Amino acid sequence: MAGMTVLVTGVTRYLGSALAGRLAADPRVDRVIGVDATMPEPAARARMGTAEFARTDIRNPLIARVLEAAEVDTVVHASASATPASSAARSMVKEMNVIGTMQLLAACQRSPGVRNLVVRSTTAVYGASSRDPAIFTETTRPRSEPTRGPGRDAVDIEGYIRGFGRRRPDVRIAVPRLADILGPTVLTPLTRYLSLSPLVPTILGLDARLQVVHERDAVGVLEHLALGDFAGTVNVAGDGSLMLGQAIRRAGRVPFPVPGIAVGGLGRAFRALRIGGFSAEQLRALTAGRVVDTTVLKEEAGYQPEFSTMAAFDDFARTLTPAVHPDLIRSAEQRLAHTLRLDTGPDQVDAPEAEGRLP
Amino acid sequence: MTDHDVPSTSRDAVDPEPWKRNAAAGLAFLRRRLTGDYQVDDFGYDEDFTRHVLMPPLRLLYDKWFRIETIGMENVPAGGALLVANHSGTVAVDAVMTAMAVADHHPDRRALRMLGADLVFDTPVLGPLARKAGNTLACNPDAERLLSSGELVAVFPEGFKGVGKPFSQRYKLQRFGRGGFVSAAVRTGVPIIPVSIVGAEEIYPMLANIKPLARALGLPYFPVTPTFPLLGPLGAIPLPSKWYIEFGEPIPTDGFAEGAAEDPMVVFDLTDHVRETIQQTLYRLLTLRGHPFLG
Repeated sequence: MAGMTVLVTGVTRYLGSALAGRLAADPRVDRVIGVDATMPEPAARARMGTAEFARTDIRNPLIARVLEAAEVDTVVHASASATPASSAARSMVKEMNVIGTMQLLAACQRSPGVRNLVVRSTTAVYGASSRDPAIFTETTRPRSEPTRGPGRDAVDIEGYIRGFGRRRPDVRIAVPRLADILGPTVLTPLTRYLSLSPLVPTILGLDARLQVVHERDAVGVLEHLALGDFAGTVNVAGDGSLMLGQAIRRAGRVPFPVPGIAVGGLGRAFRALRIGGFSAEQLRALTAGRVVDTTVLKEEAGYQPEFSTMAAFDDFARTLTPAVHPDLIRSAEQRLAHTLRLDTGPDQVDAPEAEGRLP
Repeated sequence: MTDHDVPSTSRDAVDPEPWKRNAAAGLAFLRRRLTGDYQVDDFGYDEDFTRHVLMPPLRLLYDKWFRIETIGMENVPAGGALLVANHSGTVAVDAVMTAMAVADHHPDRRALRMLGADLVFDTPVLGPLARKAGNTLACNPDAERLLSSGELVAVFPEGFKGVGKPFSQRYKLQRFGRGGFVSAAVRTGVPIIPVSIVGAEEIYPMLANIKPLARALGLPYFPVTPTFPLLGPLGAIPLPSKWYIEFGEPIPTDGFAEGAAEDPMVVFDLTDHVRETIQQTLYRLLTLRGHPFLG
């Protein structure tokens, strides 16, 4: 596979730029062209390393000329199903995601040199309802397909990819379905939500399982799929899960349960006050509780995530300033134990904790 | 599974005041919850929470209120198995008590992963609690995933037909669904353990079902018991019947040919066999018990 030429979309964002940089440093790759509609900021440009940058909007047919001029053989659509860093208008996100992907696929179809295609998708395609199995495999058919939002876009995008696959059976197509990306660098609605301080609104009476993938694993898996030979759809997430309420606590914040009917109003209030990071739709999506099976990722695609969900979360939480420091709670516990003359040394206090941990 | 409730005897010997250790353990629990320092599995099972918050009050109900006795716990293996039980009592207290029986009286103090109706997981507060306690939606993918990872799974194939049946129908098993649970056991090759529960029928004797109200509230039934809705919230107190839970002999499912899980004959035969076993055991236990409340 010597001398690959790779095109990476969305290099103004973390995932695209970091991926372009990693691919550019790979000896198997000759040339990496990063494209985006706007210029990457210095930080993103630095992450791109020796990769080239071409300012092209993938919605513009011009992209086909880039593919042909550079004789691109591998296309990684890293900006598909991207979550907006800011609360960009929904219609704009949809336009970028769906129309952008359609145009890019059309361009790929016309470029006979393209042999490999990797399009990022999201685990949001599974939707989430209490009528679905607790853990989704790639072949699980959700009871209710998402009807709107990023999940709907991703379902549509995967539909277009299947269509492309029928028209170009010679192209190897890999579609990684990524869980929410978390890490010290990325900015997503989830990172902004968890950065709210000290109170983080949640829905009263609902707690959900959260599963995330570390930003480094997200980049790693896209690189692995771009250079490897896996074809098909694959779930990508860190092992294990944690509860939303637990995550908020681990980030040193306090969950603030809001009655379900008041969540919409709260979202509007946050918008009016220009406090980002919270919207009713996003919170509902978070409380859906979605965990995916990653057997295909490990056994067929051959990628072992470096971070578990918990480790990825903690790596992200390190970048936050905790509103309630865990040490404060620990020392309060010890003081209280001391006042009550419970006479428990720290080792005894910690003993039940060690037992309480699951293997 | 580790166990934090029963203190080791060696520690008892050096600790003259157990309340102090309990208080310290309580504080440690509170700290773990406040700092998020605990683990849940992929299904959302939170062992720390279940053992420390959910189980203590249920244990009182189990020991003091229903005076539950278990029979045949030695039939519950250490590996994967599917427990199939009768379902009754208007509110699914029988399921919770079966989980308590296995958690407290099995030598390995195993967690029982029960399969519940979607209505449970649709309901705020109840749904998340049910998940934290280790339960999940009754569907084959979840059941097979749990069984093949060696968990103890329980299913109540009568579903709402069982819990919501009138008092006059007590201890008469309803139809056992479509036998999806049998396919799950056959596919994963784990034994089926018939579980017969006597006592749950009398806790909330359902005298009538107000169907229009049930429809309006989106519930499968709206019960009228001797105390509900007559006494309002007091009607939520279950009658103190005497309970027996018998774990029957394991029915092996690993001797079948390839594809047996999809063979309707195999599935129906096994389903009938399990159902018949439970029905016969129920009759036997009823004679053993005698008076429903004095037992």
